[in-house]
Amino acid sequence: MVTRMKVVLQNLTKKFPSRDRKNRQDVTAVNNFNFEIPDGKLIGLLGPSGCGKSTTLNLISGLIKPTEGKIFFGEEDVTGLAPEHRGIGLVFQNYALYPHLTVRQNILFPLQNLKGKDKLSKTQMLERTNEAARLVQISELMERKPKELSGGQQQRVAIARALVKMPKVLLLDEPLSNLDARLRLQTREEIKRIQKETKITTIFVTHDQEEAMSISDMIIVMKDGIVQQIGKPQEVYDNPVNLFVAKFLGTPPVNVFNGQVKNGRLYIGQEDVMDAVGCPDAEVYAGIRPEGFILDEKGSLGCKLKGVEVMGRDISIVSSHTASLNTTVRALIGTENRVDMGAGHNGGDILVRFNLVPHKVFLFDKNTEFCLSREGGSSGRLS
Amino acid sequence: MIKNKLAVYSLKGWLYLLPAILFLGVFMVYPLIDVFVYSFEEGYNAASQTYFGVGSYNYSYVLHDPYFLQALKNTFILVVITVPLSTVIALLISVGLHSIGPFREFFRTVFFLPYVTNTLAVGLVFMILFKKSAYSDGLVNLLIMWFGGESVDFIDGPYWAKMFVLCFYTIWVVMPFKILILTGALSNVNKEYYNAAKVDGTSKFRTFMRITLPMISPMVFYLIITGFIGAFKAYSDVVALFGTDLNAAGMNTIVGYVYDMLYGDSGGYPSYASAAAILLFAIVLTITCINLLFSKKKVYD
Amino acid sequence: MEKLNQIEKTNKTRTIIVRTVTYVFLSLWGLIVLFPFYWMMLTSVKSYGAYSSEYIPRFFTLSPTMENYVDAFTAVPLGRYLINTLVFTLVTTMLMLFVITLAAFAFARLEFFGKNAAFILFLSLMMIPNELVVITNFMTVTNLDMRNTFTGLILPSVTSVFYIYLLKENFEQIPDSLYYAAKVDGTSDLKYLVKVLVPLSKPTLITITILKIIECWNSYVWPRLITDDADYFLVSNGIQEIRENGFGRENIPAMMAAVVVISIPLIALFLIFRKKVMEGVSKGGTKG
Repeated sequence: MVTRMKVVLQNLTKKFPSRDRKNRQDVTAVNNFNFEIPDGKLIGLLGPSGCGKSTTLNLISGLIKPTEGKIFFGEEDVTGLAPEHRGIGLVFQNYALYPHLTVRQNILFPLQNLKGKDKLSKTQMLERTNEAARLVQISELMERKPKELSGGQQQRVAIARALVKMPKVLLLDEPLSNLDARLRLQTREEIKRIQKETKITTIFVTHDQEEAMSISDMIIVMKDGIVQQIGKPQEVYDNPVNLFVAKFLGTPPVNVFNGQVKNGRLYIGQEDVMDAVGCPDAEVYAGIRPEGFILDEKGSLGCKLKGVEVMGRDISIVSSHTASLNTTVRALIGTENRVDMGAGHNGGDILVRFNLVPHKVFLFDKNTEFCLSREGGSSGRLS
Repeated sequence: MIKNKLAVYSLKGWLYLLPAILFLGVFMVYPLIDVFVYSFEEGYNAASQTYFGVGSYNYSYVLHDPYFLQALKNTFILVVITVPLSTVIALLISVGLHSIGPFREFFRTVFFLPYVTNTLAVGLVFMILFKKSAYSDGLVNLLIMWFGGESVDFIDGPYWAKMFVLCFYTIWVVMPFKILILTGALSNVNKEYYNAAKVDGTSKFRTFMRITLPMISPMVFYLIITGFIGAFKAYSDVVALFGTDLNAAGMNTIVGYVYDMLYGDSGGYPSYASAAAILLFAIVLTITCINLLFSKKKVYD
Repeated sequence: MEKLNQIEKTNKTRTIIVRTVTYVFLSLWGLIVLFPFYWMMLTSVKSYGAYSSEYIPRFFTLSPTMENYVDAFTAVPLGRYLINTLVFTLVTTMLMLFVITLAAFAFARLEFFGKNAAFILFLSLMMIPNELVVITNFMTVTNLDMRNTFTGLILPSVTSVFYIYLLKENFEQIPDSLYYAAKVDGTSDLKYLVKVLVPLSKPTLITITILKIIECWNSYVWPRLITDDADYFLVSNGIQEIRENGFGRENIPAMMAAVVVISIPLIALFLIFRKKVMEGVSKGGTKG
C-alpha cells in the first residue's frame, strides 16, 4: 500500500542572507549535508536550537530551496519540486490545524486539493479520512474543532492530516515539544507505533536527545549547520565522534575532565586512572559517562564528596574534582550498591574513590575535540 | 530558469495587487498630480478643456475672492471654537463615564448614536429646532423666551447665531468618536498607578492631573489632530443646517467653496477649485506639523 | 476618634455629591444627544395640521398618525432613494472587500519584487485628503459620461488603503505554519486565501464591512457632485432635495418621517452590532 522511499541528500547547503546590517555575510544554516536515509525507518534529527535541523527538514519538505546540493526521493531528483509535488506529509511544531475547520475537515483538506489522476471520489476521501483517524485513534473526535482538543489530540490530528495523503516521507518538526511530560512519553510511543504500522520513512526533528534516542532507528546529530554524527542511537551514544556529541547525548550528561595521556596511561590530576593504549602522549579531555564509575575504596580516581541523591533505581553520587570542567561530577551507581557514607557524608572533606569502566570513558583531542579512538576505528561515524 | 521563476512569482504578487492599484491609480494618484496641474492652468475651460497659460493666477484669484475669505474666516472660527471645546467636553464625559458603575454601557451606547446617523438628516432636525419661522419661533427660541431672553433666528438671522448653531451641531456630531477613544484610553491606564496614588494619599484631582492625563495624553493629542483636520474639512453639516447655497447664507467653508467652484450655480471652475483645495491642504498640513512639534514637548510617551 | 469620624463623614458626603453631579452631567448630555431623535420621531407622527397650529410645540401627541410616512413614500421618491442607497452601499462594499482582500493578501503573504516600495506608497496615500482628489475625479467621471450612473457613483470609493492596511495586519497574525501546511497539502494561494485566511479573519472583515456600510449610507459630497437626476439620488441628497423642493409646502412632519426612515437602518445596524461597531471605529474610523 505504501511506497517506501529512501531519501538521499547530496551536498545540501542552505545559506540565508544575514539580518545583521553591518555584517553582510550569509549565514550558513545547513552546510554540505550528505546522507542517505534508508527507507521505512524512523530517523531523529537532533541538535541544539539553531543548529539547522529545522532548516534541513524544510529543505526536505521543499518549503525552502537549497542554495546548493540535491535531494532525491528514491531515484527521483526532487530538488526543484514544489512541496505539494513531493508527496510528503509534514507535522508542524504547533500542529498548524485550521482552527475554523472540524477535525474531519482538517484531515480531509489535503485530499480535496488532489487534482487530475489523483483526484478521489467523495466516498474514497471519507474512507481515507476515517482510516487515518483510526490509525491515530481519534475516530470519536471527528466533529470537534481543534480548540476543543487537548494538545495530544491535536498532535494526532496533525499526524492524521499528514498521513491521509499516504506520503512517501513523513516529516515531524519537534512533534513533542508542546506536550507536557507525561503525554510526551505516551505520544512518542504512539509515533513509533504509527511509523511501524505504516512503514513510511519518517524524519523528525527534536532538541531532546532522550526523545530521539528512545524511538529512532537512527539519529543524526547536528551542530551549527554541520552534521556531527549519524548512526543507531546506542552506537552514537557508545562511540561519540567528538566532545560535542558526547556532551549532547545522555542524561545526566557526560563528566568532562582535563586529562593527560602519558606512556599509554591516562592521568586525571595527579592520579593514574586507567589504561589508554594506542593514544599518543598528549593533553586530552576525558569524558566519563555517569554510569562509567564503579564505587571502590581502592579506586583509581578520588573525588571530593558533595552529596548523595537517591532517585528510585539509581543512586547518584555528586562530588567535585579540581580537574573537572563541570562544577560537579555525577556518578550513577545501581541501588544494589549499598552506600554508607558514614555520619559525616555531607561534610566537606570526604574522598570517594571510583574505578572507571573502560568503554564508558572517551578521550578527546584538546584542539580538535575529536575522539581519540581507543581500539582503533570503532568510531560510530558512518559515511 | 530561476530568474524566470522569480519573474512569475513577482507577477503573481502584482496580479493580486492589480485591482487596488488600478483604482488607486485612477482615482487617487492621477487626481493628486492633476489637481496641481489644474491649479496652475489659467483660464481653464471645462467645456472645451483648453487654457490660456500657466501661472499662479488661480491662487491669487481665490485669495482675493471675498467668498473664499468669508469661507476661510468661517472655517477658522469653527475650528478654533469646536476643537478645544469638544475635546474638553469629551474628556469630562469620558472621565464621568469611567467613574460610574450602573448605566455605563447604556450611556456609552446613547453617546455613540450621533456617529451612526446621517449628518444631513439629523441636521434637518437641528435646523427645525433652531429655526424661527412664520408660525413658530422654534423650540430653542421658546426656551430662551421662557427664561426671559429675546428670540433670535439661528438659521437665517445674525452671523453669531448661525455660527453658534453650527458649532453646536459640529460638537454634537464629533463627540461620539472622541468619547469612544478617550474612554478606551482611560480604561487602558494600568490600575496599579491609581492604587499607588491612593496609598500615597494623592487627591482625586491631583491623581487626574498628574497620572491620568499624562497617561492618556497621546490619545488626547491624536484627537486634537484629527479634530483639526476634520473641522477644517467641515461641509456636510453646514449644508445640513443652512442649505446648499452657503455663499448666500454667508456660512460657506473652504471645502464648500471648493465644491461650489467645481459644481452648482457658481461652478465650472476646476482651476479655482484646485487652487482652493491645495490652499486648504497646505493649511491643514501646516497646522498638523505645528501640532506635532508642540506635542513632542508636551505629550508623555 | 471624633475627628476621624468627622473626616470619614465629609468624605462620604463628598463622594455622594460627586456621584450625583456626574450622573446629572451625563444625563444632560444624554438628553442633548437623544432629544433630536425624540423630536424627529414625535414630529413625524403629528399631523400637518396639528403641527402647524402648535405655536408652542407639544412634547407628546395623543393622536399619532402614519400619514406622514405615507406622504414620504408617495409625494417624494423616498423609496427610490432608499433602494439607490442600498444598491450603492452593497455593491461598493462588496467590490471593496474583493479588492482589499486581494491586496492585503499580497502584502501579507506573497513575496514579490517591489513589495516594500509598493506598500510604502500605499501607506503614504492614506494621508491624502479626499478633497484634493475629488476635483479631478469629478472631471474624470464627467468626461467619461458617467454622471448619473451607478458606475460613476461607486468606482471612486471601492478601495481604501486604510482597510488594506487593517486587513494585512490581521492576515499577518495568522501563523505562518498554517500557510506552510496548506502549501505542503498542495493548496494554491487563492484557495488558501479563500478557505483559510478569509474565514479566520471574519471578525475584522465584519468590522470593515460595517464601517464601510456606515460610510456609504451617509455619503453626501460625491453623490451630490455626480448626480443631479433624482433617479440616482442617495438618501443624503434625497433629504436635501426634500428640504429644498420637498412636499410643495414646508411640510415638516413629512420631512421628519423621511428623516426617521433613513436613520433607522443604520441605528438598527448599530444596535445589533454595537460591540463590533464601537471596536471598529476605535480601531480607525473617523467621521467624514
